[in-house]
Amino acid sequence: MIRAVLVMNTQGRPRITKFYEFWPVEKQHEAIRNVFSVLCSRAEHVSNFVDAESIFGPDSRLVYKHFATLYFVFIFDSSENELAMLDLIQVFVETLDKCFRNVCELDIVFNYSKIHAILDEIIFGGQVLETSSTEVMKAVEEITKLEAASNAINLVSKSVSNWRSR
Amino acid sequence: MDPILNPFSSGTRLRDMIRAIRACKTAAEERAAIRKECAAIRASINENDPDYRHRNLAKLMFIHMLGYPTHFGQMECLKCIASPGFPEKRIGYLGLMLLLDERQEVLMLVTNSLKQDLNHTNQYIVGLALCALGNICSAEMARDLAPEVERLLQFRDPNIRKKAALCSIRIIKKVPDLAENFVKPATALLKEKHHGVLITAVQLCADLCKVSREALEHIRKKCTEGLVRTLKDLANSSYSPEYDVSGITDPFLHIRLLKLLRLLGEGDADASDSMNDILAQVGTKTESNKVAANAILYECVQTIMSIEGNGGLRVLAIGILGKFLSNRDNNIRYVALNMLMKAVTADPQAVLRYRATILECVKDADASIRKRALELVYVLVNESNVKPLTTELVSYLETCDQDFKGDLTAKICAIVSKFSPEKIWYIDQMIKVLLEAGNFVKDEVWRALIVVISNASELHGYAVRALYKAFQNHNVITLTSIFYQEAFTRVAIWCIGEYGDLLINNVGMLDLEDRITVTESDAVDLIEITIQCHALDFTTKAMALVALLKLSSRFPSCSERIREIIVKYKGNFVLELQQRSIEFNSIIARHQNIRSMLVERMPVLDEATFIGRQAGSLPDAGSISAGSSVSLPNGVAKPADSLVDLLDLNSNDAPAPSSSGGDFLQDLLGVDLSPAAQSGANQTSKSGTDALLDLLSVGSVSRPVESPSAQSNSSAIDILSASKSEKASVSPLDDLSSLSLSSRTTSITGAAPMMDLLDGFASTPPKSENNGTVYPSITAFESSSLQLTFNFSKQPGNSQTTNIQATFINLSSDEYTDFIFQAAVPKFLQLQLDPASGSTLPANGNGSITQNFRVTNSQNGKKSLVMRIRITYKINGKEKLEEGQISNFPRDL
Repeated sequence: MIRAVLVMNTQGRPRITKFYEFWPVEKQHEAIRNVFSVLCSRAEHVSNFVDAESIFGPDSRLVYKHFATLYFVFIFDSSENELAMLDLIQVFVETLDKCFRNVCELDIVFNYSKIHAILDEIIFGGQVLETSSTEVMKAVEEITKLEAASNAINLVSKSVSNWRSR
Repeated sequence: MDPILNPFSSGTRLRDMIRAIRACKTAAEERAAIRKECAAIRASINENDPDYRHRNLAKLMFIHMLGYPTHFGQMECLKCIASPGFPEKRIGYLGLMLLLDERQEVLMLVTNSLKQDLNHTNQYIVGLALCALGNICSAEMARDLAPEVERLLQFRDPNIRKKAALCSIRIIKKVPDLAENFVKPATALLKEKHHGVLITAVQLCADLCKVSREALEHIRKKCTEGLVRTLKDLANSSYSPEYDVSGITDPFLHIRLLKLLRLLGEGDADASDSMNDILAQVGTKTESNKVAANAILYECVQTIMSIEGNGGLRVLAIGILGKFLSNRDNNIRYVALNMLMKAVTADPQAVLRYRATILECVKDADASIRKRALELVYVLVNESNVKPLTTELVSYLETCDQDFKGDLTAKICAIVSKFSPEKIWYIDQMIKVLLEAGNFVKDEVWRALIVVISNASELHGYAVRALYKAFQNHNVITLTSIFYQEAFTRVAIWCIGEYGDLLINNVGMLDLEDRITVTESDAVDLIEITIQCHALDFTTKAMALVALLKLSSRFPSCSERIREIIVKYKGNFVLELQQRSIEFNSIIARHQNIRSMLVERMPVLDEATFIGRQAGSLPDAGSISAGSSVSLPNGVAKPADSLVDLLDLNSNDAPAPSSSGGDFLQDLLGVDLSPAAQSGANQTSKSGTDALLDLLSVGSVSRPVESPSAQSNSSAIDILSASKSEKASVSPLDDLSSLSLSSRTTSITGAAPMMDLLDGFASTPPKSENNGTVYPSITAFESSSLQLTFNFSKQPGNSQTTNIQATFINLSSDEYTDFIFQAAVPKFLQLQLDPASGSTLPANGNGSITQNFRVTNSQNGKKSLVMRIRITYKINGKEKLEEGQISNFPRDL
């Protein structure tokens, strides 16, 4: 089971955090700080695995990937395959890339509810839901369309009612 | 106010809020900004304006991510979920998953909305509800909503089916009883062609197997064959771009299938048999030059290692891991080490074949890999390979990172002490480790080395020569060097002190040794260099002093030179060294006759108790240090313990004395007094006692030093006799220790002349003997006509109660009659007056009245005594009254 997905920038600011197990908010932020302090001290071109038991308790593993100004961190237990988790980070980032065309940190900051929608299509309650970025894209686009449509209806109905009330 | 001008009104858009927060330069600014925004959101929530609900929640989620409290938004989530529109529901469910958790009561309120949405006609809304349920569902919700989820497993749209499958996992984890309801639909899903659904179905089956034994049996019986076929099809399938990760077809499905097969094969030979072929195929046919492929191979290896044995497959699996180990990709090597760690219990021989590669990984640049590899090496070591492995590790010590030396030395020490085939090898290796990384080892390590050397009597000479050579060759201490190897130095000087004679005479040469010529003064030189080195701590220096004392007896020709070295420390700022210096100086200068006895070779240290103590007291760091000071009697651990240790009075390990300075003398005396008291005479069989008596009388120059057996008024004997007569031995001892404390402080400041501490001890006790009462008398009250003095004594065994004898003296020329003394005390005191000795007080001080009373101070030590008095008497029949308050009592009554 995947325990948490963290995206933070190279200054340690959280950008996306999602915990699939109960963690009190203060603990979440303590963990994020600890993870960051481990990650920022690691050299380039070393392995993507870090011992996480000191931060997340027994039976926890941590895989991270570093892209431009962001760290993508997955924390999971021994029932997941480490190398597959690395691939899953790749799938996540590829999907983001397709969504935003050369995704950058700012895209994630300003569109985080969309990012959450994407993440929810890939990981569902700590389990891998979908590994094809095309499928994920499809699902997310459907959701976006639906939102836009009902927003349009809302706006029209509101303007109509506003107009009537005059 | 115009919302455009003020970015922090509730009217700001999410985007503007994020911008404003990002523009904050300091954390304080950010906090202020968020406080303002939260206030605005709360106000907007109170207005209950549905138009802004969506936006408020979106903002709150962002604020939540930054780590600020957002609990006030929880009800808004529920309202959003209950509203009909898709965007509101979506943000509501998102908020539900982020801002709430399964432990909150509020969650119960959402069950009904969830139920409605699971039955919604819009499949995307069903998807949202499933997602929320899968993330935060509690046990109660699981029971309530399980039928809905079960039904959705057969939904027409595959996206809903796969979400329902994963949601079922959460449900059966929360309520394992529900597992049986899901077995049938789950196995039906295994026949799916849709990849996404198939993955989730396999996952669901795997989790069913974990929570329920029956489910496991059922799936094993009914589905193993099908799963093997699915895996075969997948492995042989042609390229499908949709589920491809860098050229490998759907590695995730591969992995899930292999995982489920592992669960099915574990502990069941038939099932294991049926999957052998496909495992072999996956293991051999998958190309290993891509991460995704390696993930499959890795999973395959895990499955092979877990299912019921098949020798051929295991060899294949370990072969794959061996290939992984030589892969250039760090990640691959990391997982290989992880896996070998598990494989080593099943087949250590096979893993041992990759010993060389694993050792290379210990030297990897990547800390994660180094750590794993070192752990693996540690598991791999056995009696037969300990020597080459240790040699490799020790040689790596020279070049490895400073950060890693701690871990590495700890493991080397553990390996060496666990598997060492012979003591000489142990000694060699430990000397190397201490030389290379002595500053990284724990104290137990060098102490253990001393214990081992002490126990190997035939190796004493070898060890001391080896240490001496290493010391000389490595320039362990040069006055300019910054790499002081403290631990090594300690072992070396301990051994030279103990076995110095073996060093210079080349006693007990082994065949493999070269002769060395060391003169007596060479050995003393070495210790002198050590003791002069400023960077070494005082424990090492104290050990060096002890070594010097021992050498002074072993090398009589150097005795005078050694005394000169020792004398230099009599003014040292470290009390311990100062004290040692003075004591040792006395011993060398004046007590030739007992010196050789005092510095005899240490009795062999008990290896078994040392190891037992080490093992038993590991969690308690304090007891280690106390314990080891006993087991290594001349290894100076703490100032307080040291004199007892030095004299080694009780060979049967007296309990380690506590380290507070005041106890020092009590310990010293306490150790000695008991045998003296028991024997009834001052002659005791223990030579240690004599030494102590001597020590105590040493330097009392005014008195001739007499044999202790002769009854004299020598002060040392006074102490003994005082306590032998069992006359409240507590108080003189207390007194002594306080005296010794004060002499300590004066000597620390260096103001007092360098008086011999031993003198101090010897000359002071009689004073306290003579004083008898501890507290001085006071003049409690004095007027022109009357004087009142108090004498104090304590009741033995009751520190709260003080006996006071009041003495009244008439200073006038008239006789006082009907003399009455009254006293009053505050509540924390209790007063008991005895009758006075009379009621008439003669004139001009020609006599007195005494009256005894007792005061019990319930706050003894916190408050001192205080008393109001009233004295009435008659002069020639005329009444007189005198009153006063007494507050000049000694402080500690």
